[in-house]
Amino acid sequence: MQKSFSQKRLQEWIIERCIYMSGIASIIFVCLIFLFLAKEGFSLFKNISIFDFLLGQKWYPISTPPFFGILSLIVGSLYVTLGATVIAVPIGIASAVYISEVAPPRVREILKSGIEVLAAIPSVVLGFIGMMTLVPWVKNTFHLSTGLTAFSGALMLGFMAMPTIVSIAEDALNAVPKRYKEAALALGATRWQSIWRVILPAASSGIVAAVMLGIGRVIGETMAVMMITGNAARIPDNIFQPVRTLTATVAAEMGETVRGSDHYYSLFAIGIVLFIITFCINLIADFAVHRKAK
Amino acid sequence: MRIVRSVVFITALLISCNTVWAANNSIQIKGSDTMVNLGQAWAEAYMQNHKDALIAVTGGGSGTGIAALMSGTCDIAESSRSIKAEEIAQAKTKGIVPVEYKVGLDGLAVVVNPSNSVEKLTIDQLADIFTGKIKNWKEVGGKDGPIVLLSREVNSGTHVYFKEHVLRKGDAKSTIEFDSGALLMSSSQAIADEVAQNSSAIGYYGMGYISKAQKAIAVAKDAASQYYLPTLANVVSNKYYISRPLLFYTNGQPQGLVKDFVDFVFSAPGQEIVKDTDFVPVK
Repeated sequence: MQKSFSQKRLQEWIIERCIYMSGIASIIFVCLIFLFLAKEGFSLFKNISIFDFLLGQKWYPISTPPFFGILSLIVGSLYVTLGATVIAVPIGIASAVYISEVAPPRVREILKSGIEVLAAIPSVVLGFIGMMTLVPWVKNTFHLSTGLTAFSGALMLGFMAMPTIVSIAEDALNAVPKRYKEAALALGATRWQSIWRVILPAASSGIVAAVMLGIGRVIGETMAVMMITGNAARIPDNIFQPVRTLTATVAAEMGETVRGSDHYYSLFAIGIVLFIITFCINLIADFAVHRKAK
Repeated sequence: MRIVRSVVFITALLISCNTVWAANNSIQIKGSDTMVNLGQAWAEAYMQNHKDALIAVTGGGSGTGIAALMSGTCDIAESSRSIKAEEIAQAKTKGIVPVEYKVGLDGLAVVVNPSNSVEKLTIDQLADIFTGKIKNWKEVGGKDGPIVLLSREVNSGTHVYFKEHVLRKGDAKSTIEFDSGALLMSSSQAIADEVAQNSSAIGYYGMGYISKAQKAIAVAKDAASQYYLPTLANVVSNKYYISRPLLFYTNGQPQGLVKDFVDFVFSAPGQEIVKDTDFVPVK
């Protein structure tokens, strides 16, 4: 059955509109999420000053009078994130270099699928494994009074961020034109020299983006950190002490809050803080990518 | 055509959801993690005798249950703490009148690792330990070593009860808090696991969670009183100090199936189930 021209046009138009809607849907969702967060979160600042909120060290949300200071939570998130970054970035980049430049094709395929599987493990499973194996190991190895520490969380999250870093960094390395490498080798550079001096600098913007997205993954992670960092809302002296992160606080306390209470609003305010942090990280990643494109 | 079909499909889905909600032979029970196993045991026993009834039990914390009762998404809220004044006020604005039933008792056990030599503590000592005044086991007669405090998250009725009745000793005006270094664990099982593998840890939870891997501490009201272990007999006779009521909340006086279920809970076989799940019956 032959369709008439106008029917085809109409079909075309509908499909175009649908694709357009799907395209802008994510932007609309982001805006709506931010509006919702802002509406609920900013209600807190009617009763509590923003400085007490950001710089207060006491987090006792259900006491009378309550304390809503999230400094210890911010510091907790920073400890875990920095620790995870220190672990994941060197290993992740080295792994990406090995996969894209050094490994023979067969090994490359095996490694790539291995990393995909690592990325697919649900975080609650990793948290559970961490609680059973990593936590006792950290306690005994470092002679601590408990293994539920920022260090355990950082170690676990380092491995969770690795797949993100490896796969994006590897894409960036593959995107470096082959002739760069060929020219370097033709000029008498060794393989290591060509990787270190030519390919890595050429892929640097993509690698920065990979690192930033890896960090974004770590800071937003909830379940695993809640299970293995101990959740004590106190500013730690070092990485071998328990910490409480922003995400774990929201996840652990959301169920209990009375809707419309200051505690409820404060959890949304934490959501705003997290949103701003991840937004900045993504912005930096974006700049890094576009600096190259220029 | 495809669009029409999907619209029909979605409408059908919505209608079928509606019928599930409207069905009056089902009960939704939600709330306290402490009580979730007990609620499940009651539901299973009840459904054996009432084949057409459908009872769903979920946890999430006492506050979660009360919030669900207010939003009308559950018929019975299980709670291991009394409803707060602000929650009652909020319920009233939504036209909900919470009615309380005391369906059982729970002894809160204070537990340490079996290798810990400390056997007994007074309430004062417990309060000092959990507020961070006592930091070393040797101050309460144990080996020299730091005390690792394990507490529940603030969404736990157990956390609130322990704070109000042990740390603050029932004084409503007190502002004493858990030490900020206390680890807030997401479940009673997480506390049990950590106590089992950490010789310097101390934690608390419902006596149903005690196993061979943890050692319960005998508790005395003050130094002059006798020490009692958290056993069934000691909680029933009110000798063990840290015990709390387990509560049901319904919206108004229950009717129909909900009333029948509540009656079953208070019946002899219902209270027998309380005993079987390591809690203490009220009758």
